[in-house]
Amino acid sequence: MLHRLRFIPGRLLQAVPVAFGVTIIVFFLSHLLPGNAALALLGERATKASVAALTEQLGLDRPLWEQYFRFLGQIVHGNLGTSLTYQLPVGQLVLQAVPVTLSLLGLALVMSLVISIPLASLAASRPNRAGDLFARGFTLLGQGMPQFWVGIMLILLLAVNVRAFPVGGYGDGAGAHLYFLFLPALTLAIAMSPTIIRSLRASMIGVLESEYVGTAKSKGAAGMPLFRDHVLRNAAIPTVSIIGVNLGYLVGGSLVIEKVFALPGLGSLMVNAIFSRDFPTIQGVTLFVAIFVVVVGILTDVVYTMLDPRVDLAGGTTP
Amino acid sequence: MTTPTAALVGFKQRRRASRSRSLRAWYRNGSLMAGIVIVGLLVLVAVLAPVIAPYDPIAQHLEQALESPSAAHWLGTDKYGRDVLSRLIWGARVDLRVGFLAVLIPFVVGSVIGAIAGYVGGIVDTVLMRIVDVFFAFPFYVMVIVLVFVLGAGETSIYLAIAAVSWVSYAKIVRGEVIVARQQDYVVAARLGGMSHTRLLVRHIAPNVMSQAVIYAMSDIVMDIMAIVTLGYLGLGIEPPTAEWGSMIVDGQEFITTQWQQTTIPGLVVVVTSLGLSWLGDGISDLLSPDRRR
Repeated sequence: MLHRLRFIPGRLLQAVPVAFGVTIIVFFLSHLLPGNAALALLGERATKASVAALTEQLGLDRPLWEQYFRFLGQIVHGNLGTSLTYQLPVGQLVLQAVPVTLSLLGLALVMSLVISIPLASLAASRPNRAGDLFARGFTLLGQGMPQFWVGIMLILLLAVNVRAFPVGGYGDGAGAHLYFLFLPALTLAIAMSPTIIRSLRASMIGVLESEYVGTAKSKGAAGMPLFRDHVLRNAAIPTVSIIGVNLGYLVGGSLVIEKVFALPGLGSLMVNAIFSRDFPTIQGVTLFVAIFVVVVGILTDVVYTMLDPRVDLAGGTTP
Repeated sequence: MTTPTAALVGFKQRRRASRSRSLRAWYRNGSLMAGIVIVGLLVLVAVLAPVIAPYDPIAQHLEQALESPSAAHWLGTDKYGRDVLSRLIWGARVDLRVGFLAVLIPFVVGSVIGAIAGYVGGIVDTVLMRIVDVFFAFPFYVMVIVLVFVLGAGETSIYLAIAAVSWVSYAKIVRGEVIVARQQDYVVAARLGGMSHTRLLVRHIAPNVMSQAVIYAMSDIVMDIMAIVTLGYLGLGIEPPTAEWGSMIVDGQEFITTQWQQTTIPGLVVVVTSLGLSWLGDGISDLLSPDRRR
């Protein structure tokens, strides 16, 4: 098992230039602000003195490469700058918000699987029949609905009309968190499921037609054990990498969903920062999210290798 | 070499395959027709907005604010007394135009970069693909929202932001296709025949590799419309008071308990639009690459 994870150091090395690229893009974002970034940050009514002070504080009067290395040096020391609104380190704000967003993503992922596995199985077991058409309809609708609108509709149905869930907020304590996260996670799950269903359905059909499933059937395997041990396990492998790739999309979606449900996560932090023109916070959250996606990419490769004995990203031969 | 018997068996199999394919093609064409009808109607509504919209979409009549649906205002009025139906109709102009136009730049830029990476290969490919990896690290919405913020709200910023984010998908798709095409016999033959690289890429490879990019573009339009609506929701979209579906959903959200239709209907219109575009995309995908079905 372990020898197949030899690819990890190389994969990490491959991620290094990507991470550098990410910092370069995030750095240049501030230079896309029209005119002097300091002026853009302070607004039209800023005094000359305060603009000059901020220009110096941000080092905007230094050459570009020097500014970048200064920025990079700060990041390496875990310093993401200071929020203009809260006057607190952005790193601290991000760390406070991360657990909320991660819980939301985790719950959303679990819910997507709860929705996707039965639907994909139903669709794959009898293609082009009612179950398949239903799954396809769900897929089409799930992709065609704006996520935030789904959130608003769920609030309207399940929080306003039927008072089963709160309209927003995060609650106190783990149990309450779970309860408050239910609707936002469901919203994200509805957006995420179509991709999973499609991939799972296609690979399940492939697996069901394979010879080893025929062999397993001829040896008497049937029903749930056949499905669980032979079909789902093998069909899940390509789906894992699809989920990995789409997790970034899910993160982006959670940004907007957090605003809809007033969850104090990274999304709300970022959206509020946009409204208050708090650029260091916007920059910090963007950087954090992008690095998170790079890390998830590596983790996906690890899980993928562990699940499928045939995959050998190290390029060696499997004994 | 195929023996006559083998050819016959093959022919029979092909005929059987083509019959089941034509059955599926009927369904597929059904989706193409549905897509054409829905998208066609929406485009018609958008074009004819000045003629068919019963009221001015931006003229405020505060004395008629927040009216429920009636004979005069089929979908009621919003908080400024503007007719919701008229705003929906005018919104089609904005959302469809931006959705379609936003796809163009990333389609062209991404395809060109992908084709170069795939065709030239080597160090050029490695460097370009690392750049693609970097852009891929930024989730779509995060990057679009940040870029629109940085560039300032408005239509041009939306085009630029979407282009900056979504060119990578086209680059990846076209690169993969070009790598496959490069090894095909007809390409090798053309090179041996002395054809220049540019001519070969433009005249022979491009027509064969673009279908996947076109198919992706259809689903990309849906994604872009979602992005525009979402930006509108966050207040970063098309500047008010222009009628736009996303901002209509936000405006209605305040009054969701009393005037639910103000939030629900614009959302449903977005859903119908994306259904139509998805069906159209499926149909086009079927026409362009009949043997590559999901």
